[in-house]
Amino acid sequence: MPGAPSEGDAVSVMEGSRVIGLNGLDALVGALAARGYRVVGPVLRDGAIVYDDLASADLLPAGWTEVQEPATYRLERRPDEARFGYPVGPHSWKRFLLPARIRLWQARRGDGTLAVTEEPPPEQGFAFVGARACDLHAIAVQDRVFLEGAYTDRDYAARREGAFVVAVNCSTPGGTCFCVSMGTGPKAETGFDLALTELLEGGHRFLVETGSERGAELLAELPSRPAEADDLAAAARVTDEAAARMGRQVESGDLRDLLARNLEHPRFADAAERCLTCGNCTMVCPTCFCTSVDDVNVLGEDAAERWRRWDSCFSVDYSSIHGGSVRPSSQARYRQWLTHKFGTWVDQFGTSGCVGCGRCITWCPVGIDVTEELAAIRSSDGEVNRANA
Amino acid sequence: MATSPAPEASARGAMAPEPFRVVRRSRETVDTWTLELEPAGGEPIVPAPGQFTMLYAFGVGEVPISSSGDPTRPERLVHTVRAVGAVTEAICATRPGGIIGVRGPFGTAWPVAEAAGSDLVIVAGGIGLAPLRPALYATLARREAYGSVVLLVGARTPGDLLYAKQLERWRSRFDLEVGVTVDTATGDWRGRVGVVTKLVPRAGFDPESAYALVVGPELMMRYTVEALLARGMQKERIFLSMERNMRCGVGHCGHCQLGPALVCRDGPVFPLDELERLLEVREL
Amino acid sequence: MQTLDQVVAEIPFFAGMQPQHIELIAGCAKNVRFQPGETLFREGKPADAFYLVRRGSVTLETFVPARGAVKIETVEPGEIVGWSWLFPPYRWHFDARADELVRATSFDGACLRGKCEADPALGYELMSRFAQVLIDRLQATRFQLLDVYGHLPRA
Repeated sequence: MPGAPSEGDAVSVMEGSRVIGLNGLDALVGALAARGYRVVGPVLRDGAIVYDDLASADLLPAGWTEVQEPATYRLERRPDEARFGYPVGPHSWKRFLLPARIRLWQARRGDGTLAVTEEPPPEQGFAFVGARACDLHAIAVQDRVFLEGAYTDRDYAARREGAFVVAVNCSTPGGTCFCVSMGTGPKAETGFDLALTELLEGGHRFLVETGSERGAELLAELPSRPAEADDLAAAARVTDEAAARMGRQVESGDLRDLLARNLEHPRFADAAERCLTCGNCTMVCPTCFCTSVDDVNVLGEDAAERWRRWDSCFSVDYSSIHGGSVRPSSQARYRQWLTHKFGTWVDQFGTSGCVGCGRCITWCPVGIDVTEELAAIRSSDGEVNRANA
Repeated sequence: MATSPAPEASARGAMAPEPFRVVRRSRETVDTWTLELEPAGGEPIVPAPGQFTMLYAFGVGEVPISSSGDPTRPERLVHTVRAVGAVTEAICATRPGGIIGVRGPFGTAWPVAEAAGSDLVIVAGGIGLAPLRPALYATLARREAYGSVVLLVGARTPGDLLYAKQLERWRSRFDLEVGVTVDTATGDWRGRVGVVTKLVPRAGFDPESAYALVVGPELMMRYTVEALLARGMQKERIFLSMERNMRCGVGHCGHCQLGPALVCRDGPVFPLDELERLLEVREL
Repeated sequence: MQTLDQVVAEIPFFAGMQPQHIELIAGCAKNVRFQPGETLFREGKPADAFYLVRRGSVTLETFVPARGAVKIETVEPGEIVGWSWLFPPYRWHFDARADELVRATSFDGACLRGKCEADPALGYELMSRFAQVLIDRLQATRFQLLDVYGHLPRA
């Protein structure tokens, strides 16, 4: 896996843990920018906490939190000035690694040939500040799709390579979070250069763990002191309390087999009565990777371009072949998404596609809750929809 | 097991097409053309029988098309294309000298080598004969390695039969049983009329050891499979070629999913024992 | 040279029938020949026989205005042609034409109907075999009707 720190070359996480204050946080953002990274992280915009350019640590949503429930998202003030006191918003890091719309190449026709010029990747590498454990797993899930198959996506690989990751261990899970059930959090274990745990009691500070050599190098430039037993204990408490406050849970051990044998379960028809097939879930999901291409002519020239954009399995023509769509009904499309995410993803890529971030539950306009849907299927395992059978 | 030839490493990204020139264009039926292509300056692309390439019509779009050529003549890339939409119409309209973009080859191949030593039954419905022709070429190139070889072809009308002249030549061989039937015919058709599944019970092959390769509309494949199983064929030895929407061909766009399989990567050729359960579920 | 009894007994269509029934059926049978292109029967004409094709093939056709003679089905050796003799009005629904030299055994409809009336067990045996033929034909016809290769609307 290019760029991503692995357990093999990580400096031992507990040894070398340091503590930085708010000035250290400022310095961290500054040091990343000084190294030429495009620093992106959580900022307030349009009534939500989104991922965008982070010119300085001042832009972090200090003192804000999110209230998330099915079909519900709103910001609320916290009684403190925590910089990372909220779960995850509608954005995920895929908006930088797998942008919603990019040009793949331009082509010119002439001289009995076709000259194709591929689009170069962005020159500036990314520094992700504030990546949560669930999202780190999501990046690893997408790495399997784009880097570990027979073909590599060169744009993804270039963006991924050298992306500097500053993780944050969650202190404030949301009402739709279920990372614990999916084994993806709340503590970041791997996939980061540095991991911060925000500590509020006894002085606003951050425990910093290193996950790579370059993470350790950057940390060495920041004003910091060694972590003491109190700091480590406080950080452990943050994680334990977060793990105990999950908004949702799901029995996840055997979902692949459960779904494979319940393809004709009546719950899918039930979900279809609520599902608008709007595709919000696929847009906010950090692992959904489906794209489509648009081949266009350039007006006025004998030139053409191919663009790649996000697509969603919820659209009717997603599965269209000559003669029509393979999945015309919304029931079939909802089933496709749910069974792919939790089931056939394992067959295709060796892991589950879900990281328990809860975004799909929050951002579904009708509040469909995947944990509820899965529990309903499990509770009547084997039931078959007579209308379809 | 359907074989999957390894992808070649390329300096060019997986989504960038190579230019190929049309050297021959012939009309098969009212809406189907066969194009023979040669690389316009680059390396040849040599699909194994059953594999497909992504064909690009400049400024219009790209579609997955199975190869229809002779694997013993790798200098020519051959595709039979049915004009059913903007992209395929543009491809079919490309005259000799014109340029078409090609990416590939992708996907799994027919088990031509695995079937050596056994009887082989090829059942083609409509344009399904196009992706099967390379398997027949490969078999005939090593004819002595196989037992009985049977080709069964069904089409809507006589005018819809592909490779008509070749069919005649194949029929005149003594080491190949060829059965052709059409759904309806008028006037001077002297051949059989009826559904292609009717040819299966009488075809000369040993069902216990034979391999079958089947391509056609999904319904035709289902009925043909029923007829083959009724004769006692083994599921692991019946192979179908599946079609799904494809936007990349390299396992990155997600569109071609068929249950746990990605058709561009785990197919399009599948053995029946893998497919059976999936074909039973509607709208999967 | 075989007797008609022997010929009828060997026909797979009648497999499993009692010898006395075979004898009754053979009593209504005769061997026939058709030259290439010769018509076995014409649509609309009185239907009072069915044929068991032994050698060669027969094509069923119907005349469609503005399309001419449309070929519907090829009947192969071992298969039955004709069931219009079973029920009134006893008229053929299709033309049947020999594709090549055809040898067949024809069975007199009126003769057989009479014997079935007299011996219901014979009637049952014949009916169940014809029912199977009709079912197979219906399945195949439905498949043809679905026009799976058809020219679908433009995407």
